[in-house]
Amino acid sequence: MLEFKEVTKTFEGSKKPAVNKLNLSIEKGEFVVFIGPSGCGKTTTMKMINRLVEPTDGQILVEGTNVLEQDSVQLRRSIGYVIQQIGLMPHMTVGENISLVGSLLKWSKEKQRERAKELISLVDLPEEYLNRYPHELSGGQQQRIGVLRALAADPPLILMDEPFGALDPITRDGLQEEFKKLQKEVDKTIVFVTHDMDEAIKLADKIVIMNAGEIVQVGSPDEILKHPANEFVEDFIGKDRLLQSRPDVTRVEQIMNANPITVKEERTLKEAIQVMRDNRVDSLLVIDEIGTLKGYIDIEMIDAQYKKRSYVYEAMDTEEYSVHKSDLLRDTMYRMLRRGSAYVPVIEENDRLVGIVTRAALANMVYDTIWGDETAEVAAAD
Amino acid sequence: METFITYVSQNGFYIWEEFYRHFLMAAYGVLFASIISIPVGILIARYGKLSSWVLTFGSIIQTIPVLGFMAITMVAMGLGTTTVITTVFFYSLLPIIQNTYVGIKGVDSTVTSAAYASGMTRLQLLTKVELPLAVSVIMAGIRTALVVGIGIVAIGTFVGAGGLGAIIVRGTNATDGTAIILAGAIPTALMAIVADLVMGKIERKLNPVNKTATA
Repeated sequence: MLEFKEVTKTFEGSKKPAVNKLNLSIEKGEFVVFIGPSGCGKTTTMKMINRLVEPTDGQILVEGTNVLEQDSVQLRRSIGYVIQQIGLMPHMTVGENISLVGSLLKWSKEKQRERAKELISLVDLPEEYLNRYPHELSGGQQQRIGVLRALAADPPLILMDEPFGALDPITRDGLQEEFKKLQKEVDKTIVFVTHDMDEAIKLADKIVIMNAGEIVQVGSPDEILKHPANEFVEDFIGKDRLLQSRPDVTRVEQIMNANPITVKEERTLKEAIQVMRDNRVDSLLVIDEIGTLKGYIDIEMIDAQYKKRSYVYEAMDTEEYSVHKSDLLRDTMYRMLRRGSAYVPVIEENDRLVGIVTRAALANMVYDTIWGDETAEVAAAD
Repeated sequence: METFITYVSQNGFYIWEEFYRHFLMAAYGVLFASIISIPVGILIARYGKLSSWVLTFGSIIQTIPVLGFMAITMVAMGLGTTTVITTVFFYSLLPIIQNTYVGIKGVDSTVTSAAYASGMTRLQLLTKVELPLAVSVIMAGIRTALVVGIGIVAIGTFVGAGGLGAIIVRGTNATDGTAIILAGAIPTALMAIVADLVMGKIERKLNPVNKTATA
């Protein structure tokens, strides 16, 4: 679909090339995100595709044809383009803006209007908006129109230069989701430039990390998170993201405490208090004779019912939430944080209790990931 | 006051004729200036190096007193309307060139770059994006030029071009000519004000910022 062969760009008056001998091939329908620090050449690379910047050396092939051999105006009309500043024409209606490329291609008025209607329905905006002017829309709505404008002539390839960079985080989040879904529907090849790693991980099929005009690593978000090519990539991804990626593979089993404090359901409340006291905890998991998880009981429940009830199974709460030992830690962590619970019991087949994951265990894991190496180094130095 | 009304009622047709002549001279001057100035403004907006030279030249003309300039033009072109129109033409250059330049320069570069990247040719960029967005600013320049032009034409009577200035001069020469002076001065002022209002209205209408779905 899109191929870079030894592409080099040296800007006038600078010795160091902005993009140096870049080789890359992009498949049809792929969502490729170029990412890197500012000045790494990612935007230049993208702009060379539709010849907003002319390459100094090398070839760029779009569907097998060298872009330099095509008429630059025709080329640009055949490639969608979305920029960060949106750049809608303020003197044209939303509808006219959407079908801008259509009007350049001399489509009939009806065809332009049809296409605009078709597209605006894709982003769930009412059709009346077609007659409005851009300044009457919010930033998020404007960028939706910006994206539709790029889609209007149904180009197989769309270039996006930090399209969501200028939006507030909430709008950005919504638009990213919406756009990812839209991309699947319309099946386009997307070349997307950003400096936001979260955005890259969220959207990309393939991430291209660049630095100083060269590609440092190419791979799926998963590959890059799991096997960063070198220190630069690690630094660029950031420790916290490497950490977040770890729960993707870690299972509950690996970090759970296999000896939870329990009490059998037929014990008396008095005995339960004794167990709490001995173990210095304020809640207990309740199990039956063969170790099946029945529920839990805590000090407040005992306190409230001490006078009326005398056995654990009468006072316990059976609405216990649990996870299976082979569940991914990622999901567990998320649910725990969302429920605000301090721990979650771990079970295996037949509801047998095998362990517990506490917030403390999560904290330990976070600590190990962030400072684990350093602690090890310090220990070695001592 | 009574004499003024009498004068106007007796010479209504004459005043109207001079009014019309006055307006045409100003309008032609501005029209010809626009034909030259707008392209020049577009050129200097695109090729920045020329801009300071052109704008300086325009400013220099503005510093010359109108009467002096008209006298020099008269030496070259003789008496009559041509001299007046030429003077208006020269004095209109700066405001129109300047406003065209500012208007085109003022078009949001993200809009032009988006349009360019969507596959517009240079010419399409100019006619479909830059000019429509700059047109209200250009109109503001034409408006200034026209108001100034109306003032200049009033002096045109000294080179035998007629216009409302002729009535004013006749009044200054006559004994107790206040009524006659007013009969020339009031329409001149009125013309300037009306021209300003009408052009202002057009200018606002053309401004893309004021466009809404309901308009």
